[in-house]
Amino acid sequence: MTVAAADPAAAAAEAAQPRRRRSGYGRYAGVKVLGALGSLLFMLVVNFFLFRVLPGDPARTLGRGRLSTPEQLEEFNRTYGLDQGLGEQFLTFLKNTLQGDLGYSILYHKNVSDILVERLWPTLLLVGGSTVLAAVIGIWLGIRAGWDRSSRFDRFTTGGSLTLYSMPEWWLGLLLIAAFAVGIGPLPGIFPTGGLHSVDVDPTSLQGVLDTLWHLVLPVTTLTLAYLADYALIMRSSLIDELRSDYLTTARAKGLRDARVRDKHAVPNALLPTTTVVSLNFGFVVAGAITVETVFSIPGLGLLTTEALAVPDYWLLQGIFMLSSATVIAANLGANLLYGWLDPRVRT
Amino acid sequence: MSADVTSGAVTLTSKQLARRRRRAGRARAWRLFRRSRTGMAGLCVLVFFVAVALLAPVLASESGLSVTQADGPILAPPSSEYWLGTDANGRSVLTLLIWGARISLFVGLMATLISVLIGTVVGLTSGYFGRWVGAVLFRLTEWFLVIPFLPLAIVLATVLGRSLLNIVIVIGVTSWPGTALLIRSQVLSIKERPYVERSRALGAGHRHLLGKHLLPNVVPIVFANTTLAVAVAILSETTLSFLGLGDPTRVSWGSMLDDAYSIGAITTGSWWYFVPPGVCVVLVVLAFTLVGQALEEVLNPKLRDR
Repeated sequence: MTVAAADPAAAAAEAAQPRRRRSGYGRYAGVKVLGALGSLLFMLVVNFFLFRVLPGDPARTLGRGRLSTPEQLEEFNRTYGLDQGLGEQFLTFLKNTLQGDLGYSILYHKNVSDILVERLWPTLLLVGGSTVLAAVIGIWLGIRAGWDRSSRFDRFTTGGSLTLYSMPEWWLGLLLIAAFAVGIGPLPGIFPTGGLHSVDVDPTSLQGVLDTLWHLVLPVTTLTLAYLADYALIMRSSLIDELRSDYLTTARAKGLRDARVRDKHAVPNALLPTTTVVSLNFGFVVAGAITVETVFSIPGLGLLTTEALAVPDYWLLQGIFMLSSATVIAANLGANLLYGWLDPRVRT
Repeated sequence: MSADVTSGAVTLTSKQLARRRRRAGRARAWRLFRRSRTGMAGLCVLVFFVAVALLAPVLASESGLSVTQADGPILAPPSSEYWLGTDANGRSVLTLLIWGARISLFVGLMATLISVLIGTVVGLTSGYFGRWVGAVLFRLTEWFLVIPFLPLAIVLATVLGRSLLNIVIVIGVTSWPGTALLIRSQVLSIKERPYVERSRALGAGHRHLLGKHLLPNVVPIVFANTTLAVAVAILSETTLSFLGLGDPTRVSWGSMLDDAYSIGAITTGSWWYFVPPGVCVVLVVLAFTLVGQALEEVLNPKLRDR
C-alpha cells in the first residue's frame, strides 16, 4: 500500500483495477445470464425468419392440408398475425411463443407444445441415462489412459475412442441390431429390434419396467459408446496437461503413493474441463438422439423429428428446433455458471 | 553456412528470402509429420480413397449405378462376380461404393471449404477489429456454436430443398464457428506482438496488417483445423443422407446406408449392403482425424509430448 501511495499514477491504476479484477461471482453470473438471454432472442429471430419468410406463403406451408376454405385461411392468418406487417408478425410470434403456443401440428392434429411434452420422456430416459453412463465410464478410461501414458491400455483406449468417434452412431446402432437383435447365422438375436416396450405388457407394472429396461439395453449401449469416446479423450488430455505440475512433484516428495497422488491431487484438477463438457452435453440431450431413436424406433423427440421431416410438418420441426436450442442455451449457461464457481480464474 | 547467407543477401530480395524460409519450414514440417506413425497411416488411407474416387470411371462403369440397367440378382451375397454382393435393385455394391466415394469426399471437401472460408473471415475480423464489430461477430459465433447442429441442418435442408449443392451449403454454413473461435484467439495474441506494433507504427493499414502479418500466421492452424473439419463434414453428410436429406439422384455412402435401412437389409441379414459403406466412412473419417492430429502436433510444439 505504501508503494502505491508513493506513486499517484500507480495508485490510480490500482484503484481502477480491483473493480475489474475482483469482479465477484454475481457480476460474472449476471453477464452470462444476459448473454444467454441474448442467444435466446437471436434464436427466436432466426426461427421467425427461417420458417415464415423463406418458404413462400406461410399460410400454405405452415398449415398445409388443413386449410381448405378461405374462411379457415383468414382465421389462421388472424390467429398467427400473418395479415399484419413483418414487425407486428414478429411481436405476435414472440407473444405466442412465450405463452407456450408453438403452433399446430398438421401431422398429429394437436398443439405442438403438447406433443413435445409427451415425447420428451423417452428421450430424457435414453439420452440422460447414456450421458451419465458414458461420463462415468469415459472419465474412468481417460484417467487410466492418461496416467499410464503410452501403455498398452492407453493405446487401446485412445485407438478405440478415436474409432468410435469416427463412427456415425446410428450405424453402430444398426450393427448392434443386426448382431444382437436379429442374430448372426445360427446365433439367434436376444434383444428386441426396437420400440420402448412390448405391446402386451402394462408399462407401469414391475414387469413393464423391466421390459422397458430390456428394450433400452441396445440403444443405451449405442449412445454410451458414441458419447464416451469424447469424455475419455478430453479427460486423458487434461490429465496429461496436469502431469508435470509442481504440486504433483510435491505430493510425490511427501511420499504419497501413486494412486493417491492421482486420485487426490491430479484428477480433481483435471476434472474441470471434463465437467464443463459433460454439463454442456446435457444440453444436447434433446437434439442428440435423432438418428439413434429413429433406428431403434424409440418414440421420443428424435423419432418425432424424422416423422415431422417426412411430411414435412414445419411447425413441429420449428417447435423441436426451438426446444432443443433453448435446452442447449440453458445447459451452456449452467456449464458457464458451474465453471465460474469451480474456477475463479475464468471470472474475468 | 553464414557466409552463404550474407553473400546471398546481396542478390536476394526480401521476397525471395521469405519464399526460401517458407520452403525450408515446409520441409521441416514434412520431416516431423513423417515421424508420426498414425499420421502416415491416415495419409496412406486418404491417398487410397482419393485415388479410388478419381479413378471411379476406370474402376467401375457408371452404368452400374442405373437402377433400370441393373442386371444382377437381387440382394445376392458376395460372389466371384459381385465381390460385395448386390443391392435390392440388383446393382453391384462395390460399384456403388466406388462411385459413392466421389460424392462423400466431394461433399466433405466442399463443405469444409465453405466453413473454413466463413470461419477464417469471421475469426480474423472479430479478432482484429475490437469494439462492436468484433463483439457482434463474437456473439454470433458463440450462438452458432451452441446451436444443436443436426436440428439446424435438418431445418435448413428442409427449407432449401434436396440437392448436392444444398447439402454442401447446409454443412458449410453450420460448421464454421469452431474455426472462427480458434482463429480469433490466435489473432488476439498475434496482433499484440512487437513486430505487428512496429508495422502499425510505420503506418501500415488494415489491409497490409491483415494480409501480410495476421493471415500468414494463422494459415498453419487453419490447415490442421481444416483436415479435422473434413472428418466432421463427411460424418454430417452421411447422417443427413441417412435421414433422406441428401441429393436423391446421387449415390453416396450415406444414401447407400439409407437405402439399405429402408429396404430392411438389417433384419434380412444382408450385411454386405450396410457394413461396407459404414466401414468406408469410419476409415476415411478416422484417417482425416489422424492426419489432422499429426499436423496439429507438428505445428503446435506444445502438443508434441501427448
